[in-house]
Amino acid sequence: MKEPSDLSILVKNSGEWLKGTGPESDIVISSRIRLARNLAGFPFIKKCSEDDRRKIERQVRTRLEAMSAWKDIQYVHVDTLSEVDRQFLVERQLISREIAEAEGSRAVAIDPGEQYSVMVNEEDHLRIQVMHSGLDLDSAWDQIDRIDDTVEGELLYAFHPKFGYLTACPTNVGTGLRVSVMLHLPGLVITQQIDKVFRSMQRINVTVRGLYGEGSQYTGDFYQVSNQVTLGHTERELLTMVGDEVVPRIIDYERKARDFLMEKGEQDLLDDVSRALGILSTARKISSEETMHYLSKVRLGVNLGLIDDVEVATINKLFIHTQPAHLQKLRGRMLTTSDRHVERANYLHQHLRNGGPADVN
Amino acid sequence: MKCQYCDKPATFHITELTEPDGPQILHLCEHHARTVLQKEEPSPIKTVTGALAKQLQLGQTKEELRKLDKKACPSCGITFFEFRNTGRLGCPMDYTHFESDLTPLLLNIHDSLQHTGKRPSRAAANVDAQAELISLRKEMEAAVQSEQYEKASKIRDRINEIQGDPKHPGFVAPATDDEGDADLSGDAQDAPGEGGGGL
Ligand SMILES: [Zn+2]
Ligand SMILES: [Zn+2]
Repeated sequence: MKEPSDLSILVKNSGEWLKGTGPESDIVISSRIRLARNLAGFPFIKKCSEDDRRKIERQVRTRLEAMSAWKDIQYVHVDTLSEVDRQFLVERQLISREIAEAEGSRAVAIDPGEQYSVMVNEEDHLRIQVMHSGLDLDSAWDQIDRIDDTVEGELLYAFHPKFGYLTACPTNVGTGLRVSVMLHLPGLVITQQIDKVFRSMQRINVTVRGLYGEGSQYTGDFYQVSNQVTLGHTERELLTMVGDEVVPRIIDYERKARDFLMEKGEQDLLDDVSRALGILSTARKISSEETMHYLSKVRLGVNLGLIDDVEVATINKLFIHTQPAHLQKLRGRMLTTSDRHVERANYLHQHLRNGGPADVN
Repeated sequence: MKCQYCDKPATFHITELTEPDGPQILHLCEHHARTVLQKEEPSPIKTVTGALAKQLQLGQTKEELRKLDKKACPSCGITFFEFRNTGRLGCPMDYTHFESDLTPLLLNIHDSLQHTGKRPSRAAANVDAQAELISLRKEMEAAVQSEQYEKASKIRDRINEIQGDPKHPGFVAPATDDEGDADLSGDAQDAPGEGGGGL
């Protein structure tokens, strides 16, 4: 196990999935797969005593310690972390909000490249997740399948011949698998096609959720596509449904929207993304919503070749590093909301002026 | 516009596209937007309770529903009522104990009742032993809570007996220290170093 466990190793780095590479990475931010597993012979978490939770944590940890990768893994007892550190791991997408806010013994094992993490005592005893940059579900599945086999080792999973892997919530039973592809869709938002595109997908077994602004409101233009069902299909079928059927269609629509914008109003677009970059690199106080909104525009500008001196990896990193807990970890102290606005502006200024260095830290 | 969960201004507008009545827009403050967005799945509780409500309205009379609500899992003790309200089951045995009650719900959510994916390398041969383990853990906790330490220690021995035998179907690889270290001193609640587990 890697020392120290004060998260300082993570603070300066940024995960594999933020490097902005991989297939379709101009539109697809990341491909994530998670598996839900429970140990046989124990109740599900909500019915566990603290004694049960400790035993589960210990059994899983003993299993992980036997893995050859253990020496590089950072194993964190989530219940001993401060609120800022928990929030930091949530922003980094290494733990879920659920486990951050839960009670009792719980932990997360994180690999050094931040490609995978194993949460212990979340809603299920085990939540394994793998995250890759770009649209890369096949290799993400190969990796998580191997990790699942290794973690299982001598442990006995709760499994039913008919219902598959048994989970606390019946929405996860069967494969216990959730595929989530994170998409950046500013073209569909600007051309106001987004609702239409998603409405046409209502009948398909996928869930699309997004975060967007209204009128002049702030937006990040990010949308997440996931499988809705987990029982009755093989893992490969679920991956195909999301990664080969739904996501490519959305990518296609987004490309068409971007082409349309470039043809009809390249000057307007150039003006818009340049102003966004200008605000981000010169503001003295800025909120995280506003930052998201302008970073989204800059990201579009970079991907369309309208801005050529900023790297996508830098933008991706800034999305994460300007969030509240990250700012506080980077600055090494607690910050009030208005302090954060100032520090965030400083941080952006530092990394975007002169086009910004590729290596942000 | 105000956040629909508190009095702060709504700066985030989230579309939920899977609502049965078509897309729904949520207006939220930064805090509540984070809470909603960072939950991995779109409100599974709502999915479960919504599907259940629909199904119960269709098939059951009030009398039948009252009876179903009282039904409890003999292993973990969860009642169907509790499940219906939280959307979370209490233990793996619930899929067996409530099988017929869960069937319409699973069909509603997944449109299937048969797992076709991956299987673990080893499956438990004897399900009864797992059910017994869950009951014993619950009994031990109750014994500790009511300060019946002798009883608790007997239960602990039984748990170790089931777990300790690799040929026994309830076998779970013993960790570095087995169940023997269960805190029976009477103040399990105040045990120091909650997460450290004294390691
Ligand atoms: Zn609110
Ligand atoms: Zn039960």
